Amino acid sequence: MKRLFKPGLLIPIAIIIVLAIWPLLSGNSASSREAMFTLIMSMALASSLNIILGYTGYVSFGHIVFFGIGGYAGFWAITVLGWHILPAALLGGLIAALIAWLLGLAVLRLRGAYFALATIGILEAMKALVVNLDFLGGPVGMEMHFSEYKRYGGPMQSLWMIYWSMVILAIIVVVVSYFIKTSKFGLGLMAIREDEDAAEVMGVITPRAKTWAYVLSAVFPGIIGVLFFFKNGNIEPGDAFRLHFSIEWIVMIMLGGAGTVLGPIFGGGVYQWLRKTLLTSPLFKNYQLVVAGVMLLLIVLFVPTGVIGWLRARSAKLRRIFE
Amino acid sequence: MKILEIKHVTKRFGGLTAVNNVTFDLEEGEILGLIGPNGAGKTTLFNCINGVYKPTEGQVIFKGQDITGLPTYKSAHIGLSRTHQIVRPLNELTVLENAMVGACYGRENMKLSDARKTAMEMLAFVGMEERFDVLAGTLNVAQKKRLEMARALSAKPYLLLLDEVLAGLNTAEVTHMLDTIRKIREQGVTIIMIEHIMHAVMSLSDRLIVLNYGSLIAEGSPEEVSQNPEVIEAYLGDPDLAARLLEEDKA
Repeated sequence: MKRLFKPGLLIPIAIIIVLAIWPLLSGNSASSREAMFTLIMSMALASSLNIILGYTGYVSFGHIVFFGIGGYAGFWAITVLGWHILPAALLGGLIAALIAWLLGLAVLRLRGAYFALATIGILEAMKALVVNLDFLGGPVGMEMHFSEYKRYGGPMQSLWMIYWSMVILAIIVVVVSYFIKTSKFGLGLMAIREDEDAAEVMGVITPRAKTWAYVLSAVFPGIIGVLFFFKNGNIEPGDAFRLHFSIEWIVMIMLGGAGTVLGPIFGGGVYQWLRKTLLTSPLFKNYQLVVAGVMLLLIVLFVPTGVIGWLRARSAKLRRIFE
Repeated sequence: MKILEIKHVTKRFGGLTAVNNVTFDLEEGEILGLIGPNGAGKTTLFNCINGVYKPTEGQVIFKGQDITGLPTYKSAHIGLSRTHQIVRPLNELTVLENAMVGACYGRENMKLSDARKTAMEMLAFVGMEERFDVLAGTLNVAQKKRLEMARALSAKPYLLLLDEVLAGLNTAEVTHMLDTIRKIREQGVTIIMIEHIMHAVMSLSDRLIVLNYGSLIAEGSPEEVSQNPEVIEAYLGDPDLAARLLEEDKA
C-alpha cells in the first residue's frame, strides 16, 4: 500500500485526471473532449508499449498490430454477436494478449534490429491476412449501425462513456506500469534491457520474463483498439494496422524517456499537442510527420534518454520523484 | 564433500576444440586457481560449468546433481554465481539495483525488500556501500569489478566463479581485492578463479589446474605446478629456453 502514495505514481495520474476533466471546464466540451481523448489514448498506448520497449529494451516497431487485432475482435463481437462494449473490450484485450503470447514464443528469441524488423513483418502479415478475411469485411472492413449507440443512451452518452472508459483505462495502464517498474519482475526486465546474457547468468528467467512483458504490453492496446473503433463506428485494415501510428508511439516514448513511468505520459501529451498545433497551422499542416521524424532524430542524437530520463540522470533526488 | 565434478568435458566450436576432455573435482570450501596462457579455454570452461555453453561431451556435476547444459538461470538458482572477465554492469541501473538483481534472482529468490538488505550488506562487504545510489555505468573499472563481485555474492552462492577479477587493477586495488576474496572463502563459499597475476593466484589458491590449448596439462599445489616443465613451456614456449631462464634466475 505504501507504494501507492509515491510521487512517481501520483504525478502521472494527476496529469491524466487534470487533462480528463478539462472538457468539463472548458466551454466547447465536444471538441475539447475529442482532443483530450486523442491525447489520453496516446499516453495509454505509449505507456503500454513502454513495458516492452522501455523496461525490457525490445523495440516493437509494429506494436499497433495489437491495437488492430483487439479492435477487430471487439468490433466483430459487437456487430456480429451483439455484445455489450465492455465484454467486447475485454475480449479485444484477451485476444491481443493471446496472440502476443504466441508470437512472443517465436520473435522474442530475436534481439535488437532483428526483433524490430520482425515486428514490422508481423504487422504487415496481419494486415494482409485481415484484408483477405471475408468475415472481417476484407479490405473495406466493417461498419457499425448507428442504432448500436441507442443501447448506451444515444450517441452523445456513448461518446462520453467511451471517453471516461479511456480515462480509467489510462490510469490503470499507469498503475500497472508503475507497479511493474517498482517490482521484482520489473527489476528483472530492466536487467534484461541492460544486458540480457548477464541477466540470465544472474538467474533471471529471461524467456518467461520477456513473454510476460510482451503480453502485458499487448493487452491494453487491444482493449483501447475496441474503444477507439467503437467510437469511430467503423474499422478497416488501413486504420487498424497503420505502421506510422506505432512509430509515433515510439517518438512519444523517446521524447518523454523510455523506461520511465512518467516519460510516455509526458511525451504522449507533448507530441499530440504539437501535432495538433502543426495540423492546424497553415504553414505546417502537410509536414507534421516530417516534424515528428526530425524530432525523433534530434532526440536520439542529443537526448537519447528523453526529457524525464535526462532529469532522472541528474540526481538521485530527482530519481525518487520521477519514476 | 565434492561440490563440483567435471567429467571429461569437451567443447568444440566447429573444427576448434576449445576445451578438450577436462576432468577435475572440487572440494567444498576450496579455492581452485585456473591458469593457462591466453586462449587456453579457461573462460570457455567457465561457460560450460554455468550453462552459457552446453559441453559437446562430458558431464558437469554440481552437488551431486547433473547440471550439464542446464540454462544459466537454473544454475544461478541452485547456487552457482560468476563474475565476467569483461565487466557487465547494468549501466542504467543504480549500484544497489545491480546487486539487488543478484539477490532477487539468485539462490534464495528473495523478495524485493530482503534483496535490498542483502544487496546493501554485500556492497558494504566489497567496500561499495557509499556509492549505492549512483548509476553503475558511471563507475570506474575497479569499482565495476567490485560491483560484479557484490552482485554475484548477493545471490548467496555455494560456488563462485571469478573470471579475472584482478585484471586491470592497480597494486593497491589488487591487495584490497585479495582480502575480499579471502573473506569470501571464510564465509564458506567455494571459489574457482581464473587469474593471470601469478603471485596473487599462487598465494590464494589451495590448488591449481593449468589449461593449455584446451587440455588440462597440470594439477596440484601452487608449488608443484610452478615447477612443472610442461607448465613452464606453455607459458614461455621453448622448454630449453625456459630451463635456462630458470637457471639464470637461480644463479
